[in-house]
Amino acid sequence: METVKLEKQALLVRELIIEAIGDLGVGHIGGSLSIVEVLTTLYYECMTVDPANPLMSKRDRLVLSKGHAGPALYAVLASKGYFPIDWLKTLNAGGTRLPSHCDRRLTPGIDMSTGSLGQGLSAAIGMALGSRMDGLDNWIYAILGDGESDEGQVWEAAMAGAHFELDRLIAFTDYNKMNIDGYTRDIMNLDDLGAKWSAFNWHVQRVNGHEIEEIINAVARAKKVIGRPSMIILDTVKGKDCSFAEGKISSHNMTVSLQQKEEALALLKKKEKLYA
Amino acid sequence: MPDMDMRDAYCLALKELAADNKNIVALDADLMGADGLSSFKKEFPDQFINVGVAEANMVGIASGLSTMGKIPFASSFACFASRRVYDQFFISSNYAGLKVNLTGSDPGISAQLNGGTHMAFEDIGIMRNTPNLVIYEPCDIVSMKALVKEAAKIPNCTYLRLHRKGSNTIYDQNETFELGKGKVLRDGTDLTIIATGYILVPEALKAAEALSAKGIEAAVIDGYSIKPFDEDLVLEYAKKTGAVLTCENHQAATGLGSAVATFLSAKHPVPVFTHGVKDVFGEVGGMDYLKKKFGFTAERITELAEALIKEK
Repeated sequence: METVKLEKQALLVRELIIEAIGDLGVGHIGGSLSIVEVLTTLYYECMTVDPANPLMSKRDRLVLSKGHAGPALYAVLASKGYFPIDWLKTLNAGGTRLPSHCDRRLTPGIDMSTGSLGQGLSAAIGMALGSRMDGLDNWIYAILGDGESDEGQVWEAAMAGAHFELDRLIAFTDYNKMNIDGYTRDIMNLDDLGAKWSAFNWHVQRVNGHEIEEIINAVARAKKVIGRPSMIILDTVKGKDCSFAEGKISSHNMTVSLQQKEEALALLKKKEKLYA
Repeated sequence: MPDMDMRDAYCLALKELAADNKNIVALDADLMGADGLSSFKKEFPDQFINVGVAEANMVGIASGLSTMGKIPFASSFACFASRRVYDQFFISSNYAGLKVNLTGSDPGISAQLNGGTHMAFEDIGIMRNTPNLVIYEPCDIVSMKALVKEAAKIPNCTYLRLHRKGSNTIYDQNETFELGKGKVLRDGTDLTIIATGYILVPEALKAAEALSAKGIEAAVIDGYSIKPFDEDLVLEYAKKTGAVLTCENHQAATGLGSAVATFLSAKHPVPVFTHGVKDVFGEVGGMDYLKKKFGFTAERITELAEALIKEK
């Protein structure tokens, strides 16, 4: 897909997220909006998947390790046709198939249940090892949060991914520089995050996480790496392009008024016209 | 079945499974020698993964393997396989609806010289809180080999308490086993002793002999299936004998005994005594010392049985 079309698709995904969380009145909007471009790029450009056959064995897999950003992934999966767009209105409602945190039992297209931070990369390693045992030539993707990277298990997995030479594993860090309680540098400083992954013998790139072209190129480069996994650090903005959430620490899990929702959507609709 | 360590019966079961099914994968966290899996690695190198000293990562990797249709058996000491990895096992394996078989070796006093830090008296109590999880503890090499194979067949996650050293042979080698069931090892009319595991099942049988010499006929049930346990059999024997003594190498408050007591208090209240560890930590020592210290002997079980039937 042309980059401009992907950009427009990302805009539509962003609108779906704001609508779903706005209708509910509360949700993990900040960390959902910071990964819109990477999710859109992966599902619309990079990944071999079939929405009509979400369990296709040769498919690429994605583990959204920062499981609280489920609403972002649901918006992408719905727009791809994994399930009706209407389902987004049921976010977090009793009996819904779209719970706040990703649940592989409930939602078509969700490859792993996540929500207890730090666990997803280990599962992705298991997927990559299992794929290799079966001789599949698929790719395994994982998306981690920057705050999540405080968890020790992430670094157990980092060591294992390199040790097992999992070059079909491509991970991303959504580096939006914010934890729940404050700026990442104040809560638990990740310092030079890229140097950490390099020291664990991962191939490391750092790109603007809201520039689709940069993400596409980074994934293409990661696919050429032999004998070790890839980490692509995405410089992002929490609450990106949402008037009431962008750049706010409080956007991790915030309440949203009807007026805020309408204002944010109106601004995005204006932007949409640029792509008409 | 030739005589062998319990861990070798575990490994033999995994090797026979692996020979028939390439999706069987064994994982370990730098304890493959202790857990008895060295020969598995040698014979099935492509179906074995050593993750180093990183049990949480091991359970996550096992969960990822399960999403790919693999049937993982992940092993470590019981203290690490329960306390250390509970959230990973709970969320990434069980909550995720995947199929991960977790094995905790050296449960309770079998940790012996590794001492209190390694002496898991609480692993059943921790694991019992997990919906759909199947927990089992074989008492001999025949049931070990058979039950590990049963565990591979069911869709549930499983937790195996593996007493790794030493060899008991209680069952005929052609005996068949089902998870969720128990086995009556000795019939009796005066009370029922439900015992679990390598240490307490033989001691319970010895106690039943001693009681018989005193004119008390105790039924002995091998409660190898801890969750679910065999409710029908427990109810039948509670009705038949009127008193139940549970014996386990675990905290009395949270193990099989507590599950049985809760069940019987609702279904058919009879005098029940839950014999196990009474709210203390483990400690270092040899097997004889620890058995006496915690009362895991035929003599202590005999005393408890005699006291219990007076309450009928």
